[in-house]
Amino acid sequence: MNAPRASGYFRTSYAQDLQVLETRTRKVSFVLFAVGLLALPFLFGAFALDLANQVLLAVIGAAALMLLTGYAGQISLGHAGLLAAGAFTTGILFKEFGAPFWITLPASALVGAALGLIFGLPSLRLRGLYLAVSTLALHFIVIHLGSEYETRRGFSTGVVIDAPRLFGWELADARAWYYVLLGAAAGTLLVSLNLLRTRTGRAWRAIHVRETVAGALGISVQGAKLSAFVVSSTLTAVAGSLFAYYRGFVSAEAFSLFLTIQYVAMVIIGGMGSLLGAVCGAVFVVLFPYAIESGIKAALPPALLPDSSVFFAANYAAFGLVMILFLVFEPMGLVGIWKRVQNWVLLWPFKQKPLGK
Amino acid sequence: MQLAVNIAVLASVYALISCGYVLIYRTSRVLSLAHGELMMLGAYGLFVTASLFAGRPLVAIAVSAVLALAVGVLVYVLLMRRMAGEAVLAAVLTTIALGILLRGAMMFFWGAYEQHPIQALGLVNASVAIGDARISAVALTLVFATGAAYAGLWAFLRYSVWGLRMRAAGQNPLLAAQRGIGLHGIYALAWGLATLTAGIAGMLIACDSALSQTMVVIGLKAFPAALVGGLDSLAGALLGSLLVAAAEVLLIHYVDPLLSDVVPFVVLLAMLIVRPWGLLGSREELDRV
Repeated sequence: MNAPRASGYFRTSYAQDLQVLETRTRKVSFVLFAVGLLALPFLFGAFALDLANQVLLAVIGAAALMLLTGYAGQISLGHAGLLAAGAFTTGILFKEFGAPFWITLPASALVGAALGLIFGLPSLRLRGLYLAVSTLALHFIVIHLGSEYETRRGFSTGVVIDAPRLFGWELADARAWYYVLLGAAAGTLLVSLNLLRTRTGRAWRAIHVRETVAGALGISVQGAKLSAFVVSSTLTAVAGSLFAYYRGFVSAEAFSLFLTIQYVAMVIIGGMGSLLGAVCGAVFVVLFPYAIESGIKAALPPALLPDSSVFFAANYAAFGLVMILFLVFEPMGLVGIWKRVQNWVLLWPFKQKPLGK
Repeated sequence: MQLAVNIAVLASVYALISCGYVLIYRTSRVLSLAHGELMMLGAYGLFVTASLFAGRPLVAIAVSAVLALAVGVLVYVLLMRRMAGEAVLAAVLTTIALGILLRGAMMFFWGAYEQHPIQALGLVNASVAIGDARISAVALTLVFATGAAYAGLWAFLRYSVWGLRMRAAGQNPLLAAQRGIGLHGIYALAWGLATLTAGIAGMLIACDSALSQTMVVIGLKAFPAALVGGLDSLAGALLGSLLVAAAEVLLIHYVDPLLSDVVPFVVLLAMLIVRPWGLLGSREELDRV
């Protein structure tokens, strides 16, 4: 983000210090990247477009979890519960009151914020493992409330939601969804990026490193923890609400513990403490099962192809294996690999990074 | 009366599973969230040996118990050994990933269908009457197995040399290593014993009802029992199991059967708010994690 460049520290004004994109090369490459992203729907088919939309949804959730776990160091195993809270708020408001998009989305955000406060309260007393366990318990409670609503109201298979209407224009087309989700993901990343540069973000990183020292520096440890939980769960609930609208369907089964693990895997595989890592991890985890499936299909002749349950099992096993490999051999994740490649290229023909950098 | 029997059976299920959580946590400070999957693997082990040693159920059970022990040791030697000294979160996530890998592999090899190892063993799960309540023979065995497992573990930790070493390693790994205790061997033994008890639990549950994917949920629900009792205390695990099982059975009976999956976690949350280190756990545990 604001790392000094290899050539030296060349900022001469506060305005320069606040810039997100500093050099001309970065600006040009960012514009090219943005144009590429905007042009994607016209290059992709329907299937690839759906994948891109899933990735964008995952990016929002992964960025939210990265703020909480990667930056503030608070372990949460309740991510799927928060997504479910957002989705169910949207579903219930739509089903019971026929509420439009511009009411359900802020309402989901509010519910997310309130739940974040509840999820965050144990963090005031508990640390590490015990905190993870308490969020896990809350996950089961939220999911139970959701499925209770389903059975009580007779929507035992799930709540169906109509496509949202924005300014009298129905959002049903996958291409339109792509732009909405792209905007939402970009907005989330921009908010997170800027939040991390402020007092709040620095406080989060301080409590991550050592709570006692952070407290001695005048940071309210409790406040920082709670704000991390609230911000993260608000963003997550918004992602959940968008997920509900995108799928057009809310069901408690979709928010299993495995979903939480997938989001945690995004953070781990991408690389702790980096928003780029959240994006990379989201792309990796969402595309991984499809890559495995097409890999198996390409490797085997059509006559030998197994049925779908074998694919499911193979995906499951491969996902666990990849997670183990990353945890054991590359704890810094994809971003760690990228940094190493970068260093190798920048320093060639030398191998060592200069001391103190 | 039937309610009391149900509570006793469910409590022994939870107790037999949760002693594995306690054993691993107490020795190596790692929380194993792959316990449900290891339990299921033990049950599949029995399923395989039952068809291999058809007509000799005792041999099949003994072989599958040895297999479970070996699997636990292997999990430590091949995987968890590498996580020694890493952050708590990394170790816990590794066990979660291991659980996913195992579940996928089991689905791959045996499919997602329900299996009935008791038929393969050629045994019949008869019903036994206690007063005016009824209990299945396997469930009764399970209650006794839990008692035997706890008595055995207690005697092992209290009187045997290896048990003494295990307690020492749990209290202070550095000092224990200085005294010449091989930590890796101790940790591997703890994983082996935990997987053995989990495997026995898995086998008995599979014989009592059926071997299916829901078993993982039972493994996960036993974990609040361990935490309510205190993660580093075996007696606590027993007490916690009794408490959680009683709450679950009574609430299902008097309030709503749908509550079954959520009750243990509500009890857990209440415990974490009131007394995070558990009923019989030691208080400094909280600061160590």
